[in-house]
Amino acid sequence: MTTVANDPNVELRVIGKSLPKVDSAGKVIGLTAYADDIELPGTLYCKLLRSHLPHAKVLSIDTSAATAIKGVIAVITGDDLPIKYGIMPTSEDEHALECEKVRFVGDPVAAVAAVDEETALAACRAIVVEYEPLETIESIEHALLPPSDEPIHDYAGPGNIHRIGALEFGEVDEGFANSSFIREDVFFYEGNTHLPMEQHSATATFVGDQLTLWSSTQNPHYVHRALAKVFEMPMGHIRVVAAPHGGGFGGKCDPFSHEMVVCKLAMITGRPVKCTLTREEVFYVHRGRHPVMMWVRTGVSQDGKILAMHFRTALDGGAYGSYGPASMLYTGALQTTTYNIPAYRFEGVRVFTNKAPCGPKRGHGTPQPRFALELHMDKIAHSIGLDPVELRRRNYVKPYTRTINHLRITSCGIEEATDRVIEASRYYERKKRLGHGLGFAVSSYMCGAGLPIYWNKLPHSECVIQVDRGGVSLYCGATDIGQGSDTVLATVAAEELGLWPTDIRVVSGDTGLTPVDLGSYSSRVTFMAGNAALQAAREMREILVGAVAEKMECSPKDVVVGDGKIGELSFEDAATLAQLRHGVLTTRGTYAPPREIGGRYKAAGVGPSPAYSYSAAVVDLDADPYSGEIQLNKVWIAHDIGRAINALSVKGQVEGGVYMGLSEAMMEGQLYRHGLHKQPSMLDYKSLTFFEMPEVETFLVETVDLEGPFGAKEAGQGPLLPVIPAVVSAVYDALGVWVDEVPITPDKIMRALDAKAKGREGRYGPKSFPQISYPTIVKVPPFDASSTAF
Amino acid sequence: MGDIGSREILRLSVNGQNQELLVKPYTTLLEILREDLRLTGTKHGCEAGECGACVVLIDGTPQLSCLVLPGQIEGSDVTTIEGVSDGGKLHPVQQAFMDHGALQCGYCTPGMVLSSKALLDSNPRASAEEIKEALAGNLCRCTGYVSIIEAVEDAGRAMA
Repeated sequence: MTTVANDPNVELRVIGKSLPKVDSAGKVIGLTAYADDIELPGTLYCKLLRSHLPHAKVLSIDTSAATAIKGVIAVITGDDLPIKYGIMPTSEDEHALECEKVRFVGDPVAAVAAVDEETALAACRAIVVEYEPLETIESIEHALLPPSDEPIHDYAGPGNIHRIGALEFGEVDEGFANSSFIREDVFFYEGNTHLPMEQHSATATFVGDQLTLWSSTQNPHYVHRALAKVFEMPMGHIRVVAAPHGGGFGGKCDPFSHEMVVCKLAMITGRPVKCTLTREEVFYVHRGRHPVMMWVRTGVSQDGKILAMHFRTALDGGAYGSYGPASMLYTGALQTTTYNIPAYRFEGVRVFTNKAPCGPKRGHGTPQPRFALELHMDKIAHSIGLDPVELRRRNYVKPYTRTINHLRITSCGIEEATDRVIEASRYYERKKRLGHGLGFAVSSYMCGAGLPIYWNKLPHSECVIQVDRGGVSLYCGATDIGQGSDTVLATVAAEELGLWPTDIRVVSGDTGLTPVDLGSYSSRVTFMAGNAALQAAREMREILVGAVAEKMECSPKDVVVGDGKIGELSFEDAATLAQLRHGVLTTRGTYAPPREIGGRYKAAGVGPSPAYSYSAAVVDLDADPYSGEIQLNKVWIAHDIGRAINALSVKGQVEGGVYMGLSEAMMEGQLYRHGLHKQPSMLDYKSLTFFEMPEVETFLVETVDLEGPFGAKEAGQGPLLPVIPAVVSAVYDALGVWVDEVPITPDKIMRALDAKAKGREGRYGPKSFPQISYPTIVKVPPFDASSTAF
Repeated sequence: MGDIGSREILRLSVNGQNQELLVKPYTTLLEILREDLRLTGTKHGCEAGECGACVVLIDGTPQLSCLVLPGQIEGSDVTTIEGVSDGGKLHPVQQAFMDHGALQCGYCTPGMVLSSKALLDSNPRASAEEIKEALAGNLCRCTGYVSIIEAVEDAGRAMA
């Protein structure tokens, strides 16, 4: 889709400017109505009764006392919602309410609709559930053993294994045999959660035979599908509206129990039913970062070129499937998009444990291996006496190449991103002093998953633009979760139509009004929905220009579009003119990724993307050798955005990614004891505040991707990735000890320093990787351009 | 209705309007604002005094409305996000948040704006360190705080 718009020198009127987001005016005055702000007449309030046991059979549920409470309108259990669902077709393992067994503390078993929340809560407390406790599985190692009573799920397996796989690309044994240096390392990445500021909320109505759900969801389309399955209703009778969104980060990507429950209760009671989770419940709903054990072995040539890599991962999936099959594969997919790895073997496993279910969090399955890979590269560099930046440079992928695991690389600004942060941080000019360190790392991320979550050949994004005397409306199923997707769509359309972004009325994330977009996950909206909007806007522009050219008796190419005018006419007059000719003006755009972006082997669906963003970061910190306390001084980050649609929004996404990376690196972790979450509150679950957040200097590298809308790529997830290893690398630079585990807390640093002081290896981290019976390795033939999956 | 329990009369001013309400003694100001007065601009993120999303000004001082009970605010003057702009004209803090991209999802924004306004009302030339201290009780998961500091500094210049 090479077009004139992707000429890096083309002059653009609104693309690339730093403009306020189109939805920010409502947000600063408190008028934007988020899901819990929606209040329909006659609303009933719902509370869920959740299991207090991590793993138990449900023997009986007695709701009679709850039903008898004044103000209680309906009480339901799993018997009322018998059909299973789950985001991935291969792991539909959830009931909205569990009636046979519970698998983690927080698993819902019953729900109440009452006149107010207080009454609903009292009714939940009056429900009597008889449980028979089962063994609690709390760690990856434990989950790999044969279960002493019964596995957590009765599918997948053996035991508590959810997914397991092994793939090989190129000649790995040969690569190791030819290597002049081989290194092995083991790492652990503690799980953590999204902690969106907004608690999940959903309201449902059932009127006639039409079900409507307003919810704080990132993916209304997938919720729509799940509701159709659970209620055995045609999708045409269900409407899911993504309410203005108070933060997602991947945490609102799954169809959720409370969404199913309010729909059922609305059907039973005939009244609107709302459920807003408490903060504690948000911790249980989770679907956040998987804890991952990692082992990596790499062979390099004398001059530091990677010849072979073998990467093993083991993911703690928590109690349900969620996105797990994809999460597992993502821990092995994107190692190859930054470094040229000519021979690569990946073995991965995801296990079930009795903890809140893990799923996609910003970077989905890639921050953990990126953390391991970058530190591993540092260690190789130190081992062979090469500068860590130089080692990376010698292995960087080149633009417009194909990786060994068949991923198509297009624009690639990794070299320039490296130059920018190395120069700005004066990386090579620093004076060494104890306790001060700089750390450097790079990363790459997808601009949208190449395949939908359920198999279909339909477009991934669709967009409709309508113009009449009432102005311009743009309809798209994409959901603005704060990342600015409405602004991206409005800006793309405004550029083509000669308008300003706030002239475009964006209607998004409503399955009843907007054409399908798969949702706000995998950093897909700018690239995919942006291209759909661009196509629709270009077609609209042609219609308007054609009408004006006819009136002006000139060639369409002589009609200048811009500053609210189409040729000599105002936009409104041009629109009226065209409408007189054609009736109401509607155009549409669609986007599906090109066929050739990935391979054709089993598991090839995870990793392909129409483009990859690239990031490089340097972290500057002080680490106290006597307390292990870290003081973050500054972060330099360069991000290959392709082209910024809105520079202010991109800067915001980059800074937000840096923040979240720092917070994960420094302090965030989901800890459990006997199956109980240890810190289900915003006070106990620590995150970075204004005090700890350092200065951030952001550089946007514009490689102008040939297929991105105006050359744009993603910014929402990529910039988080290099930050975490860069923090740990900087601590090594400061103190000479490795902490091969995040979060990198002061106690871990002190233990590494103690070990060093006692003459042992100056390191804290896992000592070994578990013994896992991975299946026979599938050897994947080299990429064959004539045979691709798409 | 469920159990009504005892209720008491609360008189206070909200955004310059006198209000006389019948409330339960353990109802929080957050609930009074959102549920009784339908001023949903004030957000909740924890209802336990941990996140700062529900900050309002009580007699000019930023307070966590989820921790304030009716007995503490009899006769008080409460300002919520709905009372910050002057008619259709945005307050300099609101304008600066927009201009600097200091909001993304916007859910922490009402609390951030009110905490910032309270700081700048007394100290328009607040330094970055003073801004960090004043806003440290307000969590944000989107912005990384950087643009918020820039916005508050800029708003301070406009207010000075």
